[in-house]
Amino acid sequence: MSSKLIMEKVFKYFPLRRSLVEILTFRPPRYVRAVDGVSFTVDEGEIFCLAGESGCGKTTTGRLIVRLLEFTGGRALYRPRKEILSEIPPQYIVEKEYVDLTAKLPRQVDKLLRRDVQIVFQDPYGSLNPRMRIYDILKEPLDIHGVGASEDEKREKVFKALEEVKLTPPEEFAERYPHMLSGGQRQRIGIARALILEPSLVVADEPVSMLDVSVRAEILQLMMDLKATRNLTYVFITHDLAVAAYICNRIGIMYLGTIVEKGPIDLIVNNPQHPYAKALIAAVPEPDPRNRFKIREVPIKGEIPSAANIPPGCRFHPRCPYAMDICKKEPPPEIEIEKGHTVSCWLYAKR
Amino acid sequence: MYKNGKVWNVSSALLNVNDLRIYYYTLTGVVRGVDGVSFQLQDGEVLGIAGESGCGKSTLGYGLLGLIPPPGRIAGGSVVLDGIDITKLKPAELRKVRWAKVSMVFQGAMNALNPVYTVGHQLAEPLVIHKGMSVKEALEVAGEMLKRVGLGPEVLGRYPHELSGGMKQRVMIAMALLLKPRLVIADEPTTALDVVIQAQIMNLFKEIKQRERNAMIFITHDLSLIAEVADKTAIMYAGKMVELGPSDNVFNNPAHPYTQGLLRSIPRLRGKEKITWIPGVPPDLRAPPPGCRFHPRCPYAMDVCRSEEPPTVEVEKGHTVSCWLYAKR
Repeated sequence: MSSKLIMEKVFKYFPLRRSLVEILTFRPPRYVRAVDGVSFTVDEGEIFCLAGESGCGKTTTGRLIVRLLEFTGGRALYRPRKEILSEIPPQYIVEKEYVDLTAKLPRQVDKLLRRDVQIVFQDPYGSLNPRMRIYDILKEPLDIHGVGASEDEKREKVFKALEEVKLTPPEEFAERYPHMLSGGQRQRIGIARALILEPSLVVADEPVSMLDVSVRAEILQLMMDLKATRNLTYVFITHDLAVAAYICNRIGIMYLGTIVEKGPIDLIVNNPQHPYAKALIAAVPEPDPRNRFKIREVPIKGEIPSAANIPPGCRFHPRCPYAMDICKKEPPPEIEIEKGHTVSCWLYAKR
Repeated sequence: MYKNGKVWNVSSALLNVNDLRIYYYTLTGVVRGVDGVSFQLQDGEVLGIAGESGCGKSTLGYGLLGLIPPPGRIAGGSVVLDGIDITKLKPAELRKVRWAKVSMVFQGAMNALNPVYTVGHQLAEPLVIHKGMSVKEALEVAGEMLKRVGLGPEVLGRYPHELSGGMKQRVMIAMALLLKPRLVIADEPTTALDVVIQAQIMNLFKEIKQRERNAMIFITHDLSLIAEVADKTAIMYAGKMVELGPSDNVFNNPAHPYTQGLLRSIPRLRGKEKITWIPGVPPDLRAPPPGCRFHPRCPYAMDVCRSEEPPTVEVEKGHTVSCWLYAKR
């Protein structure tokens, strides 16, 4: 098996605040079911994309992988790189080379995993401390994890990281503060910070959505170059299917806490099966002025409901143009349409 | 009525912007947000204005409504709308023109509605003020307008927080169309919305264009959205309009190196051609580079680009570009 990450029916529920009346009348607590039984695998060295509208749970899934949030349930097997794996006590290792991220892990294992799984945040304006110099921002992870024996060695690592994200000369950029950089340059700091501990899995949460189009391509290219030189695996979270089509190998399309369709990107872009995936792909605008004479067919109606109040059965049925009786009652099974391409929809179930 | 702004040599164009300059007078210097922009718009035409953040496209939009926030000011040029130069109007006169002749769909529909009034109240207000309608009449007209943007009349009684993002944006569009203005300016009308909702709103804009036949200026950073609605496309860079032409020409035969770079940097859903980017960053508009403002990032920069501002050259009929590459010397 060459999977880097195996997510098996993972859950993340956020409890809603209860009123005093609700507590006194023993009403059961209610939850926002942000991630509700998501399964996917990420292969070593691939770019796996999670896509969907806002509120679909893609960011929560990403944060679970980095363990910025705790899992509510499920199993998430992660295979660390060899050096990290050898330091992990054997009782925490499952199936020879995996660690279950949903298990309660001691601080020491936790810290090791944090070195190996890193995240690039969406907002390069909000994710860098404005009071820290770039040098300190990049040195902080080294200090925390005790990487680099001396200050000189750390300095060298910081400069190397800056060079790698093409912020040269590094001596000059290291002395600057975040406000002195453009959005694209800041996002490169975000990438350098994620990579300085030499992780093997990087979760990139909408890394280009806040950037201007003209610099987006540059950041995407940088991420692909770094992936090649450092043998990285990415979980790439985006709402922009055109970006996903450009960068990723496989994609999972999320809707209201579940993956409705997943598979190789080409198969999904050219042959989407789930009504939601079809609508999502039909809705992507393209820079062709001939489009102005035609209305885009986006058959689905309404907007995504709240994750605190998920419709029964298939959670997409209130918006689905093909909804049948069964969709309102039972959640759909996952069906393999072609090799590696699965869809969760009653339309494709043989009964 | 419009004594101060009346212009006598009325051209046939609905909107005639001539050498418009909008500067922000900040403590650290004069920011030339819009610096000498000229263009015309005919009745019923849709113009898309694209550019990176900070290129002055929103400032230009606000300028056309006379809504520049301080410390910004119109520093020169004219905006002649339907025979009236709005840069010369007094505030009271401007209020009569604004919304009646030109209206705006603001950026970020989420926050553009007043949270403490119902949608009906907010929609009725301009009708009462501009047309002297009674509240009852105004609500009737407002309900009718909501129907045209795909919302039911029950929305009139709701508060903004009871509406989804897409519905709020529809309300904003209804509001902009209420007084049947000749020109509607839409500033990033779909930025905060999801793709599916964005497509629905873009469809609504297309329907409005067909049905109402008013002129529209569509401001966005996303060239794909401009291609969805605009007949003409303008590209702005660092306060200047560097290219303007029919959308087919600008998209299929871009002339300015900046436009070419922008178009090559858009990832496509299908088709695997490599996307490229424009190196460098846009200039600080307090001290823009001399000559052509794009020269530090331009792959074709020549000596003349560094010292002299490029002339505006017509490369095809109706397709102009400000670039030395096309100047005959």
